Amino acid sequence: MSFSLSRLRSILRKEAIQMRRDRVTFAMMLGIPLMLLILFGFAINTDPKRLSAALVSPAQDRYTRAIVTALELTGYYRFTYPNATASEAERLIARGEVYFVVTIPSDFGSRVERGDTPRILIEADATDPAVASGAISTLRTVAAQALLHERDAENQAAEAARGSLQVIVHRRYNPEGITQYNIVPGLLGVILQMTMVMMTSIALTREIERGTMENLLAMPTTPLEIMLGKILPFFGVGAVQVLVILFAAKVLFGVPFIGSFGLLLAGILIFVLAMVLIGYTISTFSRTQMQAMQLAFFFFLPSILLSGFMFPFGGMPRWAQLLGEVLPLTHFLRLVRAIMLKGAQAPDVARPILALVVIVLAYAVVALLRFRRTLD
Amino acid sequence: MSSLAIEVQGLVKRFGDRTAVDHVSMRVESGEIAGFLGPNGSGKTTTMRVICGLLTPDEGRGTVLGLDIRRDSERLKREIGYMTQRFSLYEDLTVEENLRFVAGLYGIHSITARVQEQLEALGLTERRNQLAGTLSGGWKQRLALSACVMHRPKVLLLDEPTAGVDPKARRAFWREIHRLSLEGMTVLVSTHYMDEAERCHRINYISLGKLIVSGTVEEVIARAALTTYLVKGGRIEEAENLLRAHPDVDQVAPFGATLHVVGRDAQKLNTAVMAVASATGSRAERSETSLEDAFIRFIGGTGDTQA
Ligand SMILES: Nc1ncnc2c1ncn2[C@@H]1O[C@H](COP(=O)(O)OP(=O)(O)OP(=O)(O)O)[C@@H](O)[C@H]1O
Ligand SMILES: [Mg+2]
Repeated sequence: MSFSLSRLRSILRKEAIQMRRDRVTFAMMLGIPLMLLILFGFAINTDPKRLSAALVSPAQDRYTRAIVTALELTGYYRFTYPNATASEAERLIARGEVYFVVTIPSDFGSRVERGDTPRILIEADATDPAVASGAISTLRTVAAQALLHERDAENQAAEAARGSLQVIVHRRYNPEGITQYNIVPGLLGVILQMTMVMMTSIALTREIERGTMENLLAMPTTPLEIMLGKILPFFGVGAVQVLVILFAAKVLFGVPFIGSFGLLLAGILIFVLAMVLIGYTISTFSRTQMQAMQLAFFFFLPSILLSGFMFPFGGMPRWAQLLGEVLPLTHFLRLVRAIMLKGAQAPDVARPILALVVIVLAYAVVALLRFRRTLD
Repeated sequence: MSSLAIEVQGLVKRFGDRTAVDHVSMRVESGEIAGFLGPNGSGKTTTMRVICGLLTPDEGRGTVLGLDIRRDSERLKREIGYMTQRFSLYEDLTVEENLRFVAGLYGIHSITARVQEQLEALGLTERRNQLAGTLSGGWKQRLALSACVMHRPKVLLLDEPTAGVDPKARRAFWREIHRLSLEGMTVLVSTHYMDEAERCHRINYISLGKLIVSGTVEEVIARAALTTYLVKGGRIEEAENLLRAHPDVDQVAPFGATLHVVGRDAQKLNTAVMAVASATGSRAERSETSLEDAFIRFIGGTGDTQA
């Protein structure tokens, strides 16, 4: 029996009607992207700012004020307790009411004026290392500059030469280190992965679970027609999600888009195809929708953790990187970030594209082989 | 080509180490309504699935309309209409949408006209926009039947089409089956209802995967070689207990105030029944053996080579 377009049309029409009637699933297809965007885009921040801090400074002189102002200007510190005693500060940080305690000793001013090395003690709550790292890294330069400013103009040159060691931090592509620039394009991959894999795997398993597969197989259709009929509608869904995310990226988070839109779309297309095929493959292993869901989550977990979405890929141990290379999301993230943030051209992203194509081909073969023409 | 619509020989289908169909051979003549009976789990559904190509047999061969069930299964799909035991159309599609979907898959040309025709033929027109899932059992079965005859198949496999359907709807359903049969369709229908079995030209009885008997209703009853008495009046409960305990009595079944007593040996049964009747003050009279009595005998005697 050969492929028939009119049969495919019949299946597509049926899928479209079912999709429209299944309110919950439909809501999920739009709800999941919105929820993830809001969660990751607004709530989760790996470079947190405006963290509460306590100041212990018996002197409260002009040097202290200069430093406090400078620290607050970095955006990392917010002095909620600007005049605490040492013991109060100890309690505050222990209870987690502040993330930092900045202690400026009473001899600070006189040391600066004498030309001795002035000392500041910063205690950071490092239970979550991510919280402290950004705030601490800016500290030395800021404090030094603040002091310079306060000193007499004539001493300035000499002091600059001797004292302050300047740390040069050069963050490329995202100079301000805005988390959203990295997260939101990554979310494009994560959201597409979640919805596409889950929806496709459920769609086919539903036919088996409800017993409609028996009827479908008893009628003249080919595996390819059924597969395409199941897969194509999700391309439409994926397109809507892509638009929503790109719109949010631009309007809500102001993520720059300096690359080629066409190239990005091509990449998305290949990625969605891979996701849908994986979903389809999962469905051939599951008897119930519940099983399909569980298998899908089994696939999501390593994808999210090892793809470079949550943690920098380069920082992972070798074995984890090897695992990550097998995941389509890893390649897609490289692709999206390169195109959106670095303005990469086709030759620059040839490698991730090739990797995705290989994954698509592999799963297409598996999916077609796994399709059961009979109920055995 | 022979006048046999379905012919299978030595079919075996195993699921793991359970043999669901065990060397079943069966023939159904063209234009015939063949009944397929047997207790739960005896392998009726499995046999039908093998015949329509949904399952591959482990052993044996078969043809439907002269086409091989293994090799030509794709072509056979166009010639066979299969109504599954469990409702297997889409509950979230309306009656009409379901029919249009099926018509589309069979490549029917004027879909709208054919769907309209089917809706009218089965009296579904008023419910065309109702979701299939909200139909009552009887209407679901009608819809399923109408979907599987949409492409005018030559062979119809109906798997318990009237399970859980009220008597009136069952009757309407069987009228429809007879009409289709008159149009020249060959029908193989499984059922647990004796009255439905009696409406068939021939019946096939399967138990534990083995075909036990096939033939017309009269032939099947004759094959069982049973004698039946009706016992009523007197101290009927006491009579029932005595008969149940009697070694020459095979079955005792109460029908209201009447006992249905069945035995293999006419002579011994007569002696037993008469003795019990006089002891309990009941009346006993010879009666026709029913198909149900015959089947219960077959189930009980599956291991018995005499059966
Ligand atoms: N897919 C399957 N996997 C494993 N065992 C199965 C499968 N399908 C059927 N069986 C087993 O094969 C046997 C025959 O089942 P089948 O459904 O053919 O019986 P049936 O005569 O149709 O019963 P019923 O009257 O209850 O519909 C049963 O024991 C059943 O458990
Ligand atoms: Mg059955």
